[in-house]
Amino acid sequence: MCPGYDSALAMTAAAAPQPGQPPLAALAADAARTALRPPAPEPDAPDEEPLYAARQKIYPQRVSGTFRRLKWAVLFVTLGIYYFLPFVRWERGPNAPSQAVLLDLPDRRFYFFFIEIWPQEVYYLAGLLIVAALALFLMNAVAGRLWCGYLCPQTVWTDLFVTIERWTEGDRREHLQRDREPWTLERIARSGTKHFLWLMIAWWTGGAWILYFADAPTIVKQLATFQAPPLAYAFIALLTFTTYTLAGWMREQVCVYMCPWPRIQAALTDEYALNVTYRYDRGEPRASLKKAEILRRHGEPAGDCIDCLQCVHVCPTGVDIRGGSDLGCIQCGLCIDACDAVMKKIGRPTRLIAYDTDINIKRRQAGLPPLYRIVRARTVLYALIIALIGAMMTYAYATRRIDAVSVLHDRNPLYVRLADGALRNAYAVRILNKSLEAKAFVLTVNGLPDADIDVIGSSFFVGPNSPAIEVGPDQSREVRVLVTAREELAPQASIPLTFTIVPATGGSAVSAADHFFAP
Amino acid sequence: MSDVGKREHEKPHIVGTTGHEWDGIHELNTPLPRWWLWLFYATIIWSVGYWVVYPAWPLVSSYTNGVADWHSRSAVATELAALQAERAPMMARLDATSLQQIESTPELLDFARALGRRAFADNCAPCHGAGGEGSKGYPNLVDNKWLWGGHLDEIAQTITHGSRSGDEAGHQGSMPAFGRDGMLKPDEISTVADYVRSLAGLPTAPGADLQRGGKIFAANCAVCHGPQGKGNREVGAPNLTDNIWLYAPDKQTIMEGIWGGRGGVMPAWSGKLDPVTIKALAVYVHTFGGGE
Repeated sequence: MCPGYDSALAMTAAAAPQPGQPPLAALAADAARTALRPPAPEPDAPDEEPLYAARQKIYPQRVSGTFRRLKWAVLFVTLGIYYFLPFVRWERGPNAPSQAVLLDLPDRRFYFFFIEIWPQEVYYLAGLLIVAALALFLMNAVAGRLWCGYLCPQTVWTDLFVTIERWTEGDRREHLQRDREPWTLERIARSGTKHFLWLMIAWWTGGAWILYFADAPTIVKQLATFQAPPLAYAFIALLTFTTYTLAGWMREQVCVYMCPWPRIQAALTDEYALNVTYRYDRGEPRASLKKAEILRRHGEPAGDCIDCLQCVHVCPTGVDIRGGSDLGCIQCGLCIDACDAVMKKIGRPTRLIAYDTDINIKRRQAGLPPLYRIVRARTVLYALIIALIGAMMTYAYATRRIDAVSVLHDRNPLYVRLADGALRNAYAVRILNKSLEAKAFVLTVNGLPDADIDVIGSSFFVGPNSPAIEVGPDQSREVRVLVTAREELAPQASIPLTFTIVPATGGSAVSAADHFFAP
Repeated sequence: MSDVGKREHEKPHIVGTTGHEWDGIHELNTPLPRWWLWLFYATIIWSVGYWVVYPAWPLVSSYTNGVADWHSRSAVATELAALQAERAPMMARLDATSLQQIESTPELLDFARALGRRAFADNCAPCHGAGGEGSKGYPNLVDNKWLWGGHLDEIAQTITHGSRSGDEAGHQGSMPAFGRDGMLKPDEISTVADYVRSLAGLPTAPGADLQRGGKIFAANCAVCHGPQGKGNREVGAPNLTDNIWLYAPDKQTIMEGIWGGRGGVMPAWSGKLDPVTIKALAVYVHTFGGGE
């Protein structure tokens, strides 16, 4: 991302102390040169800027430590869930699929373990999305880009692809060296292996995706025998392509150029949010290890940062964390691991780079103790809203009706006069049976005591004016209900009616309201 | 000498600013990624593919056809064929099942009503109304009064062959023009119109001679409408006593009917709709609620 650093390093190496010069003065001049960068273009000369630029390829170096281990754990758990969850079975009986997590689009049913959602209950999804959004906000308020650094699919798959790249083409130095060499047979073989493995993972990723939309074992069998629906192959091809391209080639550019979330987070964050921070109060002024020792011996200030650039070399997005907060920094914490390893080696305290805030840096510089404020208005508010929405969803699901009725009055005609003078209104009544067994519901209509109730298609009556309606398992059924009033009604009367259904085998009633209109 | 704490545009960075500045906020002039440019060129090349594959360029009297031979019109035809193929098993079952059995089988009833609803909206609603409510001269199909019979088979027969449609198997009878053809004089028409209103229990004009009206009725009308005015479905003569009027119950309209006759036309649908659709329509109309 910033090729200036390599040349800055080269200049440092060239500026060896001149013989005879006092070491301290040489060091001071050296420190000045160390900070030299290629000259910036004139700020007011926009025309000289290139309109487009090639990507600077990033060769992230292998690193080990706390955050690397955490990332491995997250990678195994999240990918494990993604690849294997569709195979988890959940017995629901003969009238529903036995896949634990299934988005059954043709039948418009969504299954999640013990939960089954109908399309009109999509508000659960809305609630889930609100909770997810607020969880992101909360993460951001507590410790910055936790999502970006550890959980985002782009990060996880890129991490996996980079690991494979290191395995086939070598770690940073080896890979850099190899990329400078001509295309030997070995290099072709290594690169070919890498792309083959990438494509295999991408293909498996696309394959796992479609398993969420159909019975997983069945579709695997169909795929193996080339009998799966064409749409399945199309989606596998699409997701193979996107995974291979985004995780193999695009990598950090997805975060820098494509993703809106870094921008949103930049607007959401505040001064107390913990972020992966270079503690420049400890690190500056930078000097090489030996020079820092000399400086300290002479009572001159010397920071802990020895400009080893390990933090830059391990960074998967090519950021120099020492430049302060950066849009490109996904805050994966790998620079913390890299810096800690160096600090241990040179016998300085670890966590020169750490989760911290600018406020604490300024406080330490002023000789004050650091201040951590995880509990503050915004984190409490986010947590409260999450709890509230979560409670609402839980309550809504716990009190969810497994049967329901809705009524729609015929619009045209509103009423009809029969040959014997009786007055009739007609209604479309839809009964929902969300249970997994076929059920009969007894319909009663209250509001007109002497009215006749008829149901088109009802096969049996349990009593006078109490027709029963059979509804299949996990289905809804619409029937035409005719209400015929024999008594004389006031002109333009509008009489409230209540349509009530009760399961024939017993159970609680559920009602819907409508009206009976007279001419 | 460190960059720490400096704003982005103050750092000796390779990216400059556009020179724009608002209240101390500078706009960075970050170059586009090069692949973005490639994508732009790729979309141009992709568009060329469209010219080759799909109909694209207008010519003098036609257009370039495209190698894929794809047309929106044929795509619709394909989709319709697919729809018909999907419906075929249920359509075959409807075809093989009697109307009565369709109504007593919930699955077939639902299918027939769904099919009938579309066919009704496309073909019948212009005269009989969107909900079958009818209008002046066009019978209401929701009530339980039927000119030619309200049994399933009778409804199917009426839809298939129509009435006064020119179809020989259709219903033929019509109301003669008693006045225009000189069978009744104007004052006789007025008198019998009052009598007809009295049959339905409607108030009559002051001083109406109902006895004379009854005689005129017996001599001229009873042959079709029956001695009590109860109608006769054999000839499509409506019941005049039930207060459901195809035209209107006011005396003027009744006199118009007696003077000039009546005889609305229901087309025969046998050539226009397939037998299964006619079956579905019969079930749909029958289950409006007035079916017998």
